[in-house]
Amino acid sequence: MSELTVQTPPHAGCATCPHAQLVQLGIKDGNWDYLVALAGNPNTGKSTVFNSLTGLRQHTGNWPGKTVTRMEGMTQFGDKVYKLVDLPGTYSLLATSEDEEVARDFILFGQPDVTIVVLDATRLERNLNLAFQVLEITDRVVIALNLMDEARRHGLDINARRLARELGVPVVPMVARRGEGMNDLMQMVAEVASGERVNKPRRARITDETFERAVSDLVRHLEALYPGLPNARWVAIRLLDGDERITQAVRTGELADLVARQRTGSVPAMEAAHA
Amino acid sequence: MSEQAANVNDLLARASALREQIGDYHDKYVESIYAEAARVADKVVTSEGNNRAFDFDRTLDRILTSRVWGFPIMVLMLGVVLWLTIAGANIPSQMLGTLLLDWVYGGLHAVFEAIGAPWWLTGFLVDGVYLGLAWVVSVMLPPMAIFFPLFTLLEDFGYLPRVAFNLDRIFAKAGAHGKQALSMAMGFGCNAAGVIATRIIDSPRERLIAIITNNFSLCNGRWPTQILIATIFIGALVPAAWSATASMLAVLGVAMLGVFMTFAVSWALSKTLLRGEASTFSLELPPYRPPRLLQTLYTSVIDRTLIVLWRAVVMAAPAGAVIWLLGNINVAGASLAEWAVSGLDPIGWFIGLNGVILLAYIVAIPANEIIIPTILMLTAIAGGGVAGVQPGVMTEFDTASQTAQVLVGVGGWTLLTGINLMLFSLMHNPCSTTILTIYRETNSLKWTAVATVLPIILGVATTTTIAWIARALGLA
Repeated sequence: MSELTVQTPPHAGCATCPHAQLVQLGIKDGNWDYLVALAGNPNTGKSTVFNSLTGLRQHTGNWPGKTVTRMEGMTQFGDKVYKLVDLPGTYSLLATSEDEEVARDFILFGQPDVTIVVLDATRLERNLNLAFQVLEITDRVVIALNLMDEARRHGLDINARRLARELGVPVVPMVARRGEGMNDLMQMVAEVASGERVNKPRRARITDETFERAVSDLVRHLEALYPGLPNARWVAIRLLDGDERITQAVRTGELADLVARQRTGSVPAMEAAHA
Repeated sequence: MSEQAANVNDLLARASALREQIGDYHDKYVESIYAEAARVADKVVTSEGNNRAFDFDRTLDRILTSRVWGFPIMVLMLGVVLWLTIAGANIPSQMLGTLLLDWVYGGLHAVFEAIGAPWWLTGFLVDGVYLGLAWVVSVMLPPMAIFFPLFTLLEDFGYLPRVAFNLDRIFAKAGAHGKQALSMAMGFGCNAAGVIATRIIDSPRERLIAIITNNFSLCNGRWPTQILIATIFIGALVPAAWSATASMLAVLGVAMLGVFMTFAVSWALSKTLLRGEASTFSLELPPYRPPRLLQTLYTSVIDRTLIVLWRAVVMAAPAGAVIWLLGNINVAGASLAEWAVSGLDPIGWFIGLNGVILLAYIVAIPANEIIIPTILMLTAIAGGGVAGVQPGVMTEFDTASQTAQVLVGVGGWTLLTGINLMLFSLMHNPCSTTILTIYRETNSLKWTAVATVLPIILGVATTTTIAWIARALGLA
């Protein structure tokens, strides 16, 4: 495995064995190099991607809301081991229900090295709402454009390159049910995780001036208080919205811990998100 | 107060001041994201106009969720699944029974005798632990191995959200959340799983309703009981050719009664203990996907069936041991089981059941799966001295007709007992795993108690009413 480095272009290896570099490790305990979260709308195939990467057989079903808890598994790609966390499917990260909170808290406080956002290609517009919300929290995103076969069946043509350009993050078209695109996905995840690829995501902006002023005002104070806070703008917006959970995280110092941990580069406590 | 804490309070104060200043921007923020998503989607997606697949989905949806056909199709689907399960489980059940209850059981006895094991060791291990296990496996495995894959195929195809769509109006009228249809459907597999699935419901009030009523979904532990009792008491009422159909209709009737109870209890709760209006929500109808047959078979047999069976086996071994001990520890001339059964008999008779059933439900709290084996073993103990039956030991009851001989011949069961057992199996306390799950999900002893006791009260009320009406009419 070790001769395959992250510099390998996506289609290296042999075309007939798409999983050549991918080793499914199941729930094997042990050390891992990178932490990867799987987010997405309900019923987009997150669990299918998760199963395909880890070799686990978490039950999948064709209805929204099947995964209500976090599932974890391991996979190896190249010479690195990745810990994958399958989050509950949500339409937004505004945390109005328990499953949304599980997903949001993990992306924010679990500090994954990469967040894979699984999008349903047949319902791209609605799925992008969540992608934009994830991009507000973190730059380290790879888009898995799933269900491409269904999109074709529905007569939809999706320009994945254009989508990647518009979003400013890698986009991998795939058919998770048949394992198509898994290798490309992990290739992108590897590049983003190692820092070889730095995303410059586009973000939705509110054009309202009073609002923008209020946000920048808070961002300034947040950054003064927590130098190096990776997602000050998002925290500011949540504070402005009166988000209980985030307000509490600021009050109890959870946010401060987060920044401190990031500076020392220590591994984040996985359970911090739900402690 | 440290400087940092002062700064934090300062920051939070500033945030709330700014919040008042800018007013409710929440909608604006969400709108900006929506606008951006729409803009990007518009740029990258081109539709070729050729949309036959979409038209197909739409047509199918129009039928499956139509006001006229939605409900009949749902009932029909459940009926077909049940019929296939009942008709298909019969022969493998008999084969497993012959294998485990005749051959292996006889073999084990021979081995224990050959090595000169004391009678109590043979009794405890072979007649208690092993028979408990063998019974659960032969009664449960075949129906589960058929029911789970069929249910999973429907799930994979995308039918469940359509069920939720159809039932939404009724749930709304009952003051409950439409997504309760999904947790209810999961409950048909396992109530503990159904209780966990209620996490998709946002409102705590509606979630509690969904948790408390989940027990009215017949779980896989209770399907075999329903099927066996229906086959013995209802199927026997009609000519053999129609037996499977009649049994299926009886089980379907009990399952539908469960759905009705879900609505009725949800309605009653939302008018009393959990007052409030139903909240609105949006549920997407996912595209229909051709189910992957082999994968579905594999996952539902290996993951679901075997895991559930394993749980039943783990519960059945100690239960078998307990039953054997009850049957073989004698106090004042009679076994503990006989004392308990004769003590419970008057209460049992009053509520239209019998002492054996009540004792069985006490012994089988850990798992509904072992009710039938427990009842059979206890009936044999209480009846005593039947051909092929030693105290606390079950042999050679590997078919429905032989089970019937024991229940009717030894236990003195009537059609009334059979029907009431089916109803009581629908409405009694959840199994201990589910009770524990309810406690973990609600974190409240009060609601756990409500969810545990409420079904028993309803069940006892129902069976008592039916028993006394039947007796008044001279039917029983």
